[in-house]
Formats: sequence, C-alpha cells, structure tokens
Amino acid sequence: MNLLYNPWPWYVAGPLIALTMFILLYAGKKFGMSSNLTTMCSIGGAGKYSDYFKFDWKSQRWNLIVVVGAIIGGFIASQYMSDNTVKINPEVAQQLSNDYGIESAGEAYLPTELFASEQLTNPFVLVILILGGFLVGFGARYAGGCTSGHAISGLSNLQLPSLIAVIGFFIGGLVMIHLLFPLIFS
Amino acid sequence: MKYLSYLTIGIFFGIIMYKSEAASWFRIYEMFQFGSFHMYGIIGSALVIGVIGVQIIKKYNIKAIGGTEMNLHPKKKGVTNYLIGGIIFGLGWALAGACPGPMYVLAGAGYYSILVVIAGALLGTFVYGVVKNKLPH
Repeated sequence: MNLLYNPWPWYVAGPLIALTMFILLYAGKKFGMSSNLTTMCSIGGAGKYSDYFKFDWKSQRWNLIVVVGAIIGGFIASQYMSDNTVKINPEVAQQLSNDYGIESAGEAYLPTELFASEQLTNPFVLVILILGGFLVGFGARYAGGCTSGHAISGLSNLQLPSLIAVIGFFIGGLVMIHLLFPLIFS
Repeated sequence: MKYLSYLTIGIFFGIIMYKSEAASWFRIYEMFQFGSFHMYGIIGSALVIGVIGVQIIKKYNIKAIGGTEMNLHPKKKGVTNYLIGGIIFGLGWALAGACPGPMYVLAGAGYYSILVVIAGALLGTFVYGVVKNKLPH
C-alpha cells in the first residue's frame, strides 16, 4: 500500500504522462490542457468581443470532460492516496523560509502563506494569485500551448516552435524566481 | 460511453499530477532553483518515451481509433509569439506554481484559492483573444 500512498517518483510519473498523451492521440485527440480556457471563454460568451472565441465549442467537449476527470482525480488522490505534504530539497525549503518567510515546505502540498483560504482576504495574496493566473492564461494563448501542449505533445513530435516556447517557459520561470521573487516577497 | 473514457483519462491524469507532486507550488519553485532532479525527470522521461512513441507511430503509420490520422500536425512556424508568449507563461507558472492542467487537479483536491488563479487564467485568455491582432506574432 505504501507504493500507492507515497509520492510517485519521476520515473513512474513521466511514463504515465506519456501514456496519457498516447491514449488521447489514439482517441484522435491531442493532449493540451490550456485550450480548455479558450473553450470556457467561448461558452461564457467571449465571442461577442473577439472572433478568436467564435468556434464550435461543442467540438471541445471531450477536453472539458478530461478537466472534470482531473478534478475528480485531484479529489481522489488528495483524500485517499496522500498525506498532502511535499518534501522538497531541505536547502530550498530553508531558503524559502529565510528569504521569504514561507515556512510551510514539508508540511503542506501548497504554501499555506499563499493558498490557505484565510489568505484570500489579504490583498497582496489576492494580487499574486490573479496575476499568476493571468500570465499563465495570456502566455499560454500567445505561445499557442502550455506545458502539456508544447513541452510534452509538441516536443514529442519534434516541433521547433514548441522548443522555442519551452525555452521561453524556462526563461520566464527563472526570471520570476531569481529576479522578481526577491522584489515581490521580501 | 465515449465520454466515460475521457472522464477516466482525466481521473488518471489528475491522480498522476497530484501524486507526482507536479501540481505542487513547492516542486515548481524547487525546479527553477535547480534544487532537485524530480521535475526534470518527469518531463524528461515523458519526453523520451513521447519522442520514441511518435516516431514509431509515424514509421508504421499507426492510425487513431476508427482509422483516422493521428492528431500530429506540425505547429505553425514562427519565433516571436512562441518566445514572448512562452516567457509570459513561465513568469505566471513560477508565480502561481501551477500550469493549466494541475489547476483543475488542485481545485478537486480542495485548495479553493486556486479558483482565483483559474479566474485569472480565464481573464488572461480573454484579454489575449481581444488584443491578439495588435500583438506581434
């Protein structure tokens, strides 16, 4: 039972993610999660404001069902298969605590300093969450895909545009963590 | 029946994301600090198998269910939108600690603050759709 309960190592998770992609390819679809955001905008009536959202969203229903599944999967995994803590490199955890006062590494799945529901009344935290989400949504559409669409699907198909996008993901991530975090959090 | 299989794929994917901790803000932070091989191992091993599998599909012309072509179209050529869009995505990925798949997984796991992140992502998607034609691509 420990195999199910303990965190899964990378060499289990990576191949299973590849399997997810192949199952979707075999179904005649493709593995890409961020396009669901476009579909939801379209369902919400965004077509009134831009032709970008004018498409037959019903053709994307299958992917929304995948999203529903992912929600259920998150529920099952967190309720029955995990103690909901993440043990990262102790040095990194120490650095998070020393530099930014984020003390919950090793004790929570997400930093409680940012994701505890009580923190939603904190304007600073609210701005971080909205801004983070905004950049993810905007950037994924501008780049034409996210981690699943480019880093997994696109690179597996040896697509140069996906390589450029993934290099961009890492430039952005490194700039955020190494240059902007010290300005934002300390 | 068809929808049931997509639901199953989604559940499978959600459990993998949560159990591998790829949905954890801490793991994303640690990755960009080069503090562990974990995330690189996940993406790298998925990729190695992905590349080999796609090559096999192409070599033997394996069809999708029902005999249709697999959805392996080449991406549109370009640099600007992929690079700038990618950088913007990366900034958000590191800040929110979640990409578009794990967001839903975390919502299911009961981290309701992630709904604010999802709302932000929907807003970002919407704004892109509105200003798209004014951006360099």
